[in-house]
Amino acid sequence: MAITAAPPTAPTAPSSARTTGKQSRRNTLIGISFILPNFLGFALLTLVPVVAAFGLAFMEWDSYNPAEWVGLDNFQKMFGSDTFWIALRNTLYYGLGHVPLTLLCSLGLALVLNRKLRGVRFFRTAAFFPYVTSMVAVAVVWNMLFNPTMGPINQLLTTLGVSSPPGWTSSSDWAMPAVIITSVWRDMGYYMILFLAGLQTIPVEYYEAARVDGANAWQRFWHITLPTLRPTTFLVLILLTVGSFKVFDLIVVMTDGGPGRATLVLSQLIYREGIAQGDFGYASAISLVLFVIVLLVTVLQFRLGERKDR
Amino acid sequence: MSVIEAPTATVSLDGPPVVPPGPERHPVRTAVMYVLITVIALGVLVPFVWMVSSSLKNNNEVFTVPTQWVPREFQWHNYVDIWSRIPMTTYLRNSLFLSLTITFLQVLTGSFAAYGFSKVRWRGRDALFVAYIATIAVPWQAYMVPQYVMLQKAGLVNTFWSLILLQAFGAFGVFLLRQYYLTIPDELCEAARIDGLSEYGIYRRIILPLSKPALASLALLTFVATWNDYMGPFIYLTSNDLWTVQLGLKSFVGLFDGDYAMIMTGSVISVVPILVIFLLGQKYFIRGIATSGLKG
Repeated sequence: MAITAAPPTAPTAPSSARTTGKQSRRNTLIGISFILPNFLGFALLTLVPVVAAFGLAFMEWDSYNPAEWVGLDNFQKMFGSDTFWIALRNTLYYGLGHVPLTLLCSLGLALVLNRKLRGVRFFRTAAFFPYVTSMVAVAVVWNMLFNPTMGPINQLLTTLGVSSPPGWTSSSDWAMPAVIITSVWRDMGYYMILFLAGLQTIPVEYYEAARVDGANAWQRFWHITLPTLRPTTFLVLILLTVGSFKVFDLIVVMTDGGPGRATLVLSQLIYREGIAQGDFGYASAISLVLFVIVLLVTVLQFRLGERKDR
Repeated sequence: MSVIEAPTATVSLDGPPVVPPGPERHPVRTAVMYVLITVIALGVLVPFVWMVSSSLKNNNEVFTVPTQWVPREFQWHNYVDIWSRIPMTTYLRNSLFLSLTITFLQVLTGSFAAYGFSKVRWRGRDALFVAYIATIAVPWQAYMVPQYVMLQKAGLVNTFWSLILLQAFGAFGVFLLRQYYLTIPDELCEAARIDGLSEYGIYRRIILPLSKPALASLALLTFVATWNDYMGPFIYLTSNDLWTVQLGLKSFVGLFDGDYAMIMTGSVISVVPILVIFLLGQKYFIRGIATSGLKG
């Protein structure tokens, strides 16, 4: 945590120990008064539910019956349900496509757009704009682009000589790739910004020195750009991974989990079981699994990141 | 967790690009570069072109072989007809109301709390801040069910209150502003204290005016996120007269899925306000993202 150490209290006026005690109590009251308006809302609607989620996972509870402690029953039901496993597999599938592709595309964009060219500002804005476009508009437009018979994407593929282009969102094999392509298109501009920020911290002297030593463009990229970008790449990787486990809007609007259960993901299953069906306990058990996975992946990435640092 | 901080806060879309200067900047290379980025930009923008061009066609002209990128005849009346097809005015008004209210509350309570977390020294401050930050890392999906149960018991489901309560007190805003306040020298506050200004006075007269760029960043990020949010309204708002633009657009697609042109007209209308806000406040927007690297 990047909490800066509080600088030593500068004795502004000679004060006895008693007034200091009084002062610190006063400070505490003032400090709390600043935080309170935000904290009340935050505690009630974030902190309490986070804690409650853990308890609910071990209870049987719906809108009609009182809550009852059932131990691990919810988890037993979950691990025996093939819908849960399908949703878990789909979530991982989405992540395995979304994370590396977005990483590569955003890094590529940042490298290309990190130079002195006329109009580079326009191109950066263009690359970023999909990220501020609403998921609904994005999903609706791409659904049309992906239209299997008349859509421009399949027309292009046919022109390029693909005899039977994929059915995209109407085919259970191709629905997930369609969702992944759309998500990469939407998110790459955001991560491009983070990469651009990283690229601008690399001292120009590094490149000059490398050039004097006769390094070519590829060698400069491999030995200077990539290693210096490591903290950024690491940050992007974590954000992307956590984000991919939370995917919801895009899938709900684009495919609604279909065809069949081909694109059903965990957060959608939590919504269906917990809010649409009202099975609070069971849904919380799935939430807990989602949370533990996200936590494990994050910790694992931190560990790997540390090891490479040495 | 100190890793979750972008390396620098100086990036902007029009910032000075750092390019290794060298002997190889000859015209052919530059030309190739231009061709490359033009192709990329076209690829990125094609969906928007499709959206705008389809919104100006008749339904039967949207899907043609080969694809028609410029409408043969511009059907401007689509932009008039849509207001009578769906209650677009209501949707826009609801979206605007929610976005403005949530943004205002988030900036107000967030900046207040950020002051308490950065400029006042008190016991337990840093521990509480860690609790704040830790919840940013917990996916919302992990606690959305207990949240829903609470708001349901309180009778707030299907009211704007549910969304306002859920989204106006986010930890993200506190984090973003605190990071900025830390860069404001403490000596400034110290001097004001000696001059007899109360802590509230320092917040209002010194910190608020100095942190305008950070407040603008947070306001823009919050506004756009609320305007674009689908999941929140989807879960909490069930009656049609409370729907936001996003819900309205989605339901329109469900009801008239053959009405391609009109669907695109609706999409364009839902995107335009964000386009305007984004282009006006681009600088703050990008800065907010680069300083935090912690959104979503």
